[in-house]
Amino acid sequence: MAAHRCRYLACLLLLFLSVILVTMSQETTLGHEQHATAVDDPQTGAETKQTAEKPTVEEKRWEETKVKATTQASDTAVLSKTQVNEDFQEELVIRPLHSGDIYASFQFRTVWETDFMKGNKVSHYRLFPKSLGQVISKFSVRELHISFTQGYWRTMQWGQPFIPSPPGAELWVWFQDSVTDVDATWKELTNVLSGIFCASLNFIDSTNTLQPSASFKPLGIGNETDHRFLRYATLPREIVCTENLTPWKKLLPCGSKAGLAVLLKSEKLFHSSFHSQSVHIRPVCQDRQCKSSSWELRQALNVVFDLHTSGQSKREWSLFKMFSRTLTEACPLASSSKIYIDVTDNPQEEQFELSPATPLLSQAVVLGDRRTFSVYDLTQQVTFGTVRSLNLMIRWKSSEGDMLRPLLHAERYVTGYGLQTGEIHTLMYNNHPFRSFPVLLLDSVPWYLRLYIHTLKVISKGKDNNPSYIHYQPSKDRERPHLLEMLLQLPPHSVTEVTVQFERALLKWTEYTPDPNHGFYVGSSVISSLVPSTVAMETNITMEQPLFSSFFPCKEESSYFARVYTEPLLVNLPTPDFSMPYNVICLTCTVVAVGYGSLYNLLTRSFQVEEPNPGLAKRIANVIRRMRGVPPL
Amino acid sequence: MSLSDSLISFRNSFISPRFVQNSAGQFFSSGHTNNWAVLVCTSRFWFNYRHVANTLSVYRSVKRLGIPDSHIVLMLADDMACNHRNPKPATVFSHKNMELNVYGDDVEVDYRGYEVTVENFLRVLTGRLPPSTPRSKRLLSDDRSNILIYLTGHGGNGFLKFQDSEEISNVELADAFEQMWQKRRYNELLFIIDTCQGASMYERFYSPNIMALASSQVGEDSLSHQPDLAIGVHLMDRYTFYLLEFLEDIHPSSKTNMNDLFKVCPRSLCVSTPGHRTDLFLRNPESVLITDFFGSVRKVEITTEPKFSIHQSYSDSDP
Repeated sequence: MAAHRCRYLACLLLLFLSVILVTMSQETTLGHEQHATAVDDPQTGAETKQTAEKPTVEEKRWEETKVKATTQASDTAVLSKTQVNEDFQEELVIRPLHSGDIYASFQFRTVWETDFMKGNKVSHYRLFPKSLGQVISKFSVRELHISFTQGYWRTMQWGQPFIPSPPGAELWVWFQDSVTDVDATWKELTNVLSGIFCASLNFIDSTNTLQPSASFKPLGIGNETDHRFLRYATLPREIVCTENLTPWKKLLPCGSKAGLAVLLKSEKLFHSSFHSQSVHIRPVCQDRQCKSSSWELRQALNVVFDLHTSGQSKREWSLFKMFSRTLTEACPLASSSKIYIDVTDNPQEEQFELSPATPLLSQAVVLGDRRTFSVYDLTQQVTFGTVRSLNLMIRWKSSEGDMLRPLLHAERYVTGYGLQTGEIHTLMYNNHPFRSFPVLLLDSVPWYLRLYIHTLKVISKGKDNNPSYIHYQPSKDRERPHLLEMLLQLPPHSVTEVTVQFERALLKWTEYTPDPNHGFYVGSSVISSLVPSTVAMETNITMEQPLFSSFFPCKEESSYFARVYTEPLLVNLPTPDFSMPYNVICLTCTVVAVGYGSLYNLLTRSFQVEEPNPGLAKRIANVIRRMRGVPPL
Repeated sequence: MSLSDSLISFRNSFISPRFVQNSAGQFFSSGHTNNWAVLVCTSRFWFNYRHVANTLSVYRSVKRLGIPDSHIVLMLADDMACNHRNPKPATVFSHKNMELNVYGDDVEVDYRGYEVTVENFLRVLTGRLPPSTPRSKRLLSDDRSNILIYLTGHGGNGFLKFQDSEEISNVELADAFEQMWQKRRYNELLFIIDTCQGASMYERFYSPNIMALASSQVGEDSLSHQPDLAIGVHLMDRYTFYLLEFLEDIHPSSKTNMNDLFKVCPRSLCVSTPGHRTDLFLRNPESVLITDFFGSVRKVEITTEPKFSIHQSYSDSDP
């Protein structure tokens, strides 16, 4: 009888559930999810239906769940809410550049309303990757930003990227204030991340770790500004290849099987001028009042394809030409899947032609400018047309038009000759015609380049420019690098030059890398600033915005946050000659000289009898006699 | 009937001594239960492209035959695929005219670049790694693991050069294997080395259950196979090229044994004389399958006798 009652109840519940499903917007996708979670959760009605069919032996074991089944009606409301707690969005922004190259930026965002801290053991992961969730809770991470980049972003030719990154690997982490030993936690975290991303992040140690005091403020919520909990490190030599892309793709909910991630093929992505993949984890506000917070995971991939190597010198780009794939469907787990093409410079289609045509247009304020985008919504079947696949084509008609010069860009180089001294020059350009704005320059130099800080000069327009804030931490040999942070005001339409002299140190012979003649890298300088924008920026963070415009938080309308990275430097240190032939020649020559010389002497030397030395008095007398011209005694 | 009662009855059915003896004997004669592979390329610089291609082709075969990435420790001393001199980025080819890309799309390199040192290699073998080392960088083998160790690079009489700056000697390697044996870190070990004078590296082994193969004898050089004019370097070494061709014919259920592996690359093709050593190995090489080391094949014993049936004993004690 109990079995009959539970079967009837189960049918009712299923009916109720199906009604809920029909009223929800993304029915097909969410239906799958609901069924999946229903099977996993031991308190749902579906399982009571299953248990009724099992042999009578086991029914007694499931008695507890049957009692809870009566409260199912109220639980479904809670269940439907937990479905919405996790959200996944994907988007691709394609921006044709003036030089004929094309810039593609992928962003995948998972937002999850959960609490990794406060001893809450999260055990059920759905869209959020488990490996990163465990890292957050184990190491009490508040914010984590890691990027792997191959190539250097050319700001003058390509404009500003949506998410900037320096060449090599960069990792910066804000820890929670509950961490007692930040350095030990940092070391363990870098080792764990090196295993997850197949990168040699275990080379991050105290000689390349910094604690910037002002340049890297938290990008998520949090009032914590005690920079003792911040660690920043960069490995300029780190290579990015398929072995880093493979685990990065595995973190996505759909993997590389469906949605925009299908386009990520390594053979095309690494044959480009610039490739950068990054992971950003931070807590964000759910609403305006910030009553509840959720964890946001953003995975971004920026790539710039070169006109001549990937484009075969034809100004005609398509998804197939760029990625050797076309799109057939959106990721079923995504709530939104869109492609944005930047058509701001092409209002009447006089510069390039976009096909297939799309009626959707969207405007967004990004990087201080209002840009217009043609939008392709992959969740709509009509986007794929009759061929069931989407291959966007951009065909150029004319190559006129000026590119808007970026307001802020920087470069860095080393001058000097020889292997003893040198000078580092950092140039920062402010291209705004009449506004000046402040920049924070973060310079980190390894300990083996000993900086002479008394030679530090900052010159703008021929005059000294005194920084309003300087934070300098001198290096300690083999322990920590130099850290120099300065807040400078860049005058309008000017170049600011920061120069400092250095001396090269001699390393111990075991400290050289296996290829020391390649040189040693100095990490990029980081220039963070609030650049004045031409249009009012959006300060309401919870408004529906495309992902590319909502990465950096905006506190005021008149300026936007920009971060520019300079080139890394390659410096030669005085290197001993490790080559085998040199050592062999030295040794052989020594042996030959000693051996041959002795033999020669033995053979050719003849012995003669020599008279003993005369006494002192006789010697003096001989000298006097020689002076007089008389023969000696 | 509760779960604990069923477990007790299950255990009780095992008490009979004849049952214990028979099942124990069957269990221990089945050999290995898991497979591991440690694949090391020790050379740096672009002109040593062929060593990376050698290692990646063995990696590819081993993955294809079933060993998962979590059981493979891949060490590549330099990056060839995304090297700026590579005209086709993200690819490493083993055959000229770019027929076979051994790098693939799903590769996980555990130790790369400057991390490939003698110290790290010996630490991986002996398991003495710092506590913060992630799992993917550890060799978590036990006494029922069959391990394949493949080394390639530049070597000489009694040593193998790591990254042009340090060497590992055959004595060190033999001692590391003895440490592994004493700590019960392997069941059987297959050691393959493709360097000049490779046979000198296995001369000093003294631990049981090791079979070794080398691409050349002492005093001989291992030669490279063929250059590709588009890439500009030699793509593979001869021994590993013919080894790859041999392994491409192996599939998870094939019954080819070690004697066929010894015949790979005769003198006419390899120019050097490949050597092997089986005196430390307890089993007859003829009875050792290739998939015992290169694949991840588990022995499945299908029992039909009712005495050994587990379900029978369970249902017997049901109330």
